[in-house]
Amino acid sequence: MRSLPDSCGHFGAYGGRYVAETLMPALLALEQAYREARRDPSFRAELEHYSREFVGRPTPLYYAANLTERLGGAKIYLKREDLCHTGAHKVNNTLGQALLAIRMKKSRITAETGAGQHGVATATMAARFGRQCEIFMGALDVQRQALNVFRMRLLGAKVTPVDSGSKSLKDALNEALRDWIATVRDTYYLIGTAAGPHPYPYIVREFQSVIGREARRQILKKEGRLPDLLIACVNGGSNAIGLFHPFIKDQNVRMMGVEAAGRGLNTLEHSATLTAGEIGVLHGNRTYLLQDELGQIRETHSIAAGLDYPGVGPEHSYLKDIGRAQYITATDDQALEALELLSRTEGIIPALESAHALAGAMQVVPAMERGQVVIVNLSGRGDKDMETVARVKGAEL
Amino acid sequence: MAPETRISRKFAELRARNESALIPFIVCGDRSLEDTAALVKTLETAGADLVELGVPFSDPMADGPANQRALARGLAAGVSVSAIIGFVKELRRATEIPIILFGYYNPFYHYGCERLCRDAASVGVDGLLVVDLPPEESAELDRPARVNNLDLIRLLAPTTPIERCREIARAASGFLYYVSVTGVTGARSTLPVDLEPRLRGLRRVTSLPLGVGFGISTAQQASEVASFADAAVVGSAISLVLEQHGGGPPAWKAVGELVGAMKRAMNTARA
Repeated sequence: MRSLPDSCGHFGAYGGRYVAETLMPALLALEQAYREARRDPSFRAELEHYSREFVGRPTPLYYAANLTERLGGAKIYLKREDLCHTGAHKVNNTLGQALLAIRMKKSRITAETGAGQHGVATATMAARFGRQCEIFMGALDVQRQALNVFRMRLLGAKVTPVDSGSKSLKDALNEALRDWIATVRDTYYLIGTAAGPHPYPYIVREFQSVIGREARRQILKKEGRLPDLLIACVNGGSNAIGLFHPFIKDQNVRMMGVEAAGRGLNTLEHSATLTAGEIGVLHGNRTYLLQDELGQIRETHSIAAGLDYPGVGPEHSYLKDIGRAQYITATDDQALEALELLSRTEGIIPALESAHALAGAMQVVPAMERGQVVIVNLSGRGDKDMETVARVKGAEL
Repeated sequence: MAPETRISRKFAELRARNESALIPFIVCGDRSLEDTAALVKTLETAGADLVELGVPFSDPMADGPANQRALARGLAAGVSVSAIIGFVKELRRATEIPIILFGYYNPFYHYGCERLCRDAASVGVDGLLVVDLPPEESAELDRPARVNNLDLIRLLAPTTPIERCREIARAASGFLYYVSVTGVTGARSTLPVDLEPRLRGLRRVTSLPLGVGFGISTAQQASEVASFADAAVVGSAISLVLEQHGGGPPAWKAVGELVGAMKRAMNTARA
């Protein structure tokens, strides 16, 4: 397989740079800065240092013996991204991009956030490296994710509620782009997922690929062979591409992304973009989108706030089309069931996003053979979701 | 030489009269298509030289609050690309004013680039301006636009290096649209001080007419722009007037007064 993206940021027919002219020079400069940084041993050393000392890498690849026993099929390993500082894989990317922002001498860092995990991870880095920070968050999400809003403010970030459109993640992204159009000279816009205009899908994939590189090394050590299957949840798809990418040339390693089917694919209340979407252009890239018959973007739903976006990273669109990865779905109910199952069998409460990956595993692992090996990306921990889960279960907190 | 279009003819006429063009932007279907039809007539009577019809989109990421709300009103009125094409067909019975469709790529892409250019040209649309389609991604629209003799209006920004401006200008037609501010659409109290020197710099890399937009909201600003540019684009200020008057004849009248005052001030600046 050729090395992708190409020089214009295309993954086959997907990706690219669909932005207002004001941002084009900034994207070209960002790409240039990143290409220089990745060749610079001092940048790599710094990234390595903070990954180890501040984020807590490498994260364990944990053999989930009880879950394996329960599902009665392939051996299940969990890549424990939930043990990263700030509680999810998001920090791998915010660390890398924050170091890039410093290298580019940007005094201010901005980000969009949905559930607030990327906002918290960005605010964390801004605090650590002494940069001004502003997080754009849909007004509805600000209400729904009060705890993360408080965390961001505690870390010194300004949290700006976005009142336009559907007041959720896509609108936060619109507002972050609008802000960047006006502040592009001194602001670094830190996108949280492997989507948006080139070079973001590429940069985010590279910073998240630490997940797959570690997992590959760890599984070779533990099992003496590569896994048969990788499973990760997908919306923007940064944790999935981070796990998948280092295995992409290993043709015998299957890859499976799990999208959020929300209240069911037969309703409009889901965010299964690759499964139910059509090709279009939004937020700087060409990719699958959930849209109506006129090309207007649909509102989405998932019980996992971090899976509530109507697009998907362009590389996933490409992997789907060439058949290198498969994409399945899990509903809200299936994700909740998976969350409870992992909590009780392994003593690990996963994030609702990661519970979708586990729900995917519950669908396919029992049909696999006992000698086979599966790695599930446990992308985040569930603390942030306890109110949501309690509400569904009718429990008082 | 690029073939003659309604847009290039208009700029040639204006140049001969030593006038700068006034280009109002209105969202197609802001309240209703009937409003838009009446507004286009009002604008032309008030002195508008070309008109930009905004195509509603759910996620207008280069627009400030006033145009966001106007686009949302257009969406609420259910205005689609095909409705706009039908609308222009009707409109063309009554006016020869050059018409540019101004929008974001996804609704156009969804309609289909080939089909869009063919249908738009056949009803009398003269140009397309796609905010989030830089030249790097534009090949699939360039070809059908050229074949159908539609001008693809290109944006230049304060952040665009002059060499890049030269490249963009080389492949452009109709006129070049210089974004006056580093920011989204919307009224500004003053124009950037480096606007005139910047335009002078651009003259050295292109012979196309140069229009200026984003941030122009008063007759004073329009007249200032007219003193050195070939066109001034006014958008958010009109969206706000429409919003304040809630559509209908009072809104049309107020917009006509604003646009009339702007055009008079622009002509005075050139006299």
